[in-house]
Amino acid sequence: MDLALKDLGDYVAEALPQEVLGTKVEFDELIIRARRDLIVKVLTFLRDDVNCRFQQLMDLCGVDYPEREKRFEVVYNLLSLTHNMRVRVKVETDEETPVPSVSGVFSAATWWEREAWDLFGIYFSDHPDLRRIMTDYGFDGHPLRKDFPLTGYVEVRYDDEQKRVVYEPVKLTQEFRTFDFLSPWEGVQGVLPGDEKADGDA
Amino acid sequence: MGVRSRPVADGGAPLSAGAAGASPANPGRGDPPLVSPGAEQEALLTSVTGELADKGFVVAQLDNLVNWARTGSLWPMTFGLACCAVEMIHAYMSRYDLDRFGVVPRASPRQSDVLIVAGTLTNKMAPAFRKVYDQMAEPRYVISMGSCANGGGYYHYSYSVVRGCDRVVPVDIYVPGCPPTAEALVYGILQLQKKIRRTGALWR
Repeated sequence: MDLALKDLGDYVAEALPQEVLGTKVEFDELIIRARRDLIVKVLTFLRDDVNCRFQQLMDLCGVDYPEREKRFEVVYNLLSLTHNMRVRVKVETDEETPVPSVSGVFSAATWWEREAWDLFGIYFSDHPDLRRIMTDYGFDGHPLRKDFPLTGYVEVRYDDEQKRVVYEPVKLTQEFRTFDFLSPWEGVQGVLPGDEKADGDA
Repeated sequence: MGVRSRPVADGGAPLSAGAAGASPANPGRGDPPLVSPGAEQEALLTSVTGELADKGFVVAQLDNLVNWARTGSLWPMTFGLACCAVEMIHAYMSRYDLDRFGVVPRASPRQSDVLIVAGTLTNKMAPAFRKVYDQMAEPRYVISMGSCANGGGYYHYSYSVVRGCDRVVPVDIYVPGCPPTAEALVYGILQLQKKIRRTGALWR
């Protein structure tokens, strides 16, 4: 299985030397890094070539790595039913540079690219209809970025005077607490109070 | 007119089921007796039946009558937003049948009395939700079902969730749980009935 994936990776890298930046097999999964502006060619090749036949776009998502120069990564997950193989194609981009839309290659990509735009702010050029899909109608911001706070900036309530729902700056009565659930069987450091006698330390 | 377990002296039809009759399957016993309600209910029914048979009308308080009508046929507008909706469905199904309480789900707010908010209310849904509430006719009640509708619940700290549907509509009954069991929702509806009887007025 690993060998088949590696062979496929080498085959793709050979067939598209300009477009593919690198391939690797990690945890039994093949990952192909491609050049951002030539992604359409890469996906068309992966879809149409006889040895690849990755005709299903399973997912198109964005990832935010704020410490990188090009902070966003767009990940395309492809499935080949004829060869029973999966591959992941990744491109990198930042906030201003648009990624060519692959909706011409896979029509399912339209909504996923809208989602990546809505939640991250990744631009897609030549997209037929790039607008918000999940967030609220007047929502400001891209929620899944790492610098967007969990609770957001506005909250909603109904105002009786204006007879409509109004947006107000968010006021939390208790802030979000991250609990550190350490398993008592695996992670406890030191001796718990009351246990001193168990090891004869008391 | 109610169930009678023995012939009553108000001129009603005598029992046709034979306490005296015997059949080959049950020699010497006849048909089994009809199930009788408890003594209290029996007394109430016979008195009402007697009154009805004597005078032809019954007198009751208008408040009680109106409360009986309102609690006996609470029609909810099904507002299933998320996973609590499945538990609400369970409450309508055969195990915890709500139809026997007179609770039939209506799809339209204009034809319903109570709004069961089952699920997470998001910011995007809030104006539509308020509109649905405004379209209901008085007297109208709201049951907030599940922790998301009560106070934001599991998603309390999220950027896109209304922290409790009581920020948008006035709520009468809160049903806690994630999700509340169907039985808990039935309990909540019965509590709403008690609340209606307790605070019932002709004009709300």
